[in-house]
Amino acid sequence: MAKVIGAIVVDEEHCKGCEVCVVACPTQVIGMTDRVNSKGYHIAYMETPESCTGCANCAIVCPDGVITVYKMKKEA
Amino acid sequence: MDIKDIIKPENLVYKKTDHMTDKVLSYCPGCGHGTAHRILMEVIDEMGVRADTIGVAPVGCSVLAYDFMNIDMQGAAHGRAPAVATGIKRCWPDKFVFTYQGDGDLAAIGTAETIHACNRGENITILFINNGIYGMTGGQMAPTTLEGMRTTTSPYGRDLESMGNPIKITELIANLPGVHYVTRQAVHTPRYVRRTKKAIFKAFDIQKNKKGLSFVEIVSNCNSGWKMTPNQSNIWMEDNMFPYYPLGDIKVDGKIINE
Ligand code: SF4
Ligand code: SF4
Repeated sequence: MAKVIGAIVVDEEHCKGCEVCVVACPTQVIGMTDRVNSKGYHIAYMETPESCTGCANCAIVCPDGVITVYKMKKEA
Repeated sequence: MDIKDIIKPENLVYKKTDHMTDKVLSYCPGCGHGTAHRILMEVIDEMGVRADTIGVAPVGCSVLAYDFMNIDMQGAAHGRAPAVATGIKRCWPDKFVFTYQGDGDLAAIGTAETIHACNRGENITILFINNGIYGMTGGQMAPTTLEGMRTTTSPYGRDLESMGNPIKITELIANLPGVHYVTRQAVHTPRYVRRTKKAIFKAFDIQKNKKGLSFVEIVSNCNSGWKMTPNQSNIWMEDNMFPYYPLGDIKVDGKIINE
């Protein structure tokens, strides 16, 4: 059965580390890096990429619009 | 499956609209202004009316909105955006004209301009971002600050006896006959972002059909001013702002909704 799998790309330099995306993700994909960008913000990243469904919930609540979302059908 | 196989142009489902510029937003991390800007630009993008839209920026945190919204914009003196928008709309009745204003701008210094533009039923759209505080100037009490809420000018909390009641300007405006559509929304969760976007679509549609003024309030957070983390501020907003400023449509098709 075909299932969908998603992935997000965070514009690391422009993420402000607010973590609004972290709580918005229904499958708890997103974590925050220990390292920081040049502004000193921790950066959102896919901690558990295999759980991403590409729903774009994270991207539509990101105040800075730094998340880009992709999704495709996965062969089971 | 490798992530690289997913990240391909043909699999793209969401990216920031090019109706936003590439400038870094001047807003604090987690501030709802950025989300509100973006969905407004998405509506203009999806309606394909970029060349026919003129926005009016306020004074306040969103004073630089014209730097972030990649469309034709005009700045206005503090609170005067609805008056400026009136002038633009009367010169260009077929353009989409909107104002984007915060609570200090719209409900304090600009009260007269807001109420009279609404009362005249100017065929414009007003977007009102209410976060209950003066953000840009350092977190002072605003007309919309809740009872008991601490700000730099109400350090012991807003006291109704000496400082008056938080103003429900949106309900006031709904009572004016020139106003066609009034709604109160939020942008802190995906569900509310989608709803608010629909409301903005509706507002622009009303403007297109020349039915009168549409007013969209977005209750939002000011995590810096409220002295909370962004996610804490969103929870605080749900628990405290929403009971006083309940979400939903207030006036539809020129009729007040009685719940
Ligand atoms: S696209 Fe959906 S599932 Fe994937 S990280 Fe974003 S919110 Fe989570
Ligand atoms: S919501 Fe956007 S800015 Fe905030 S942490 Fe997530 S990616 Fe970064």
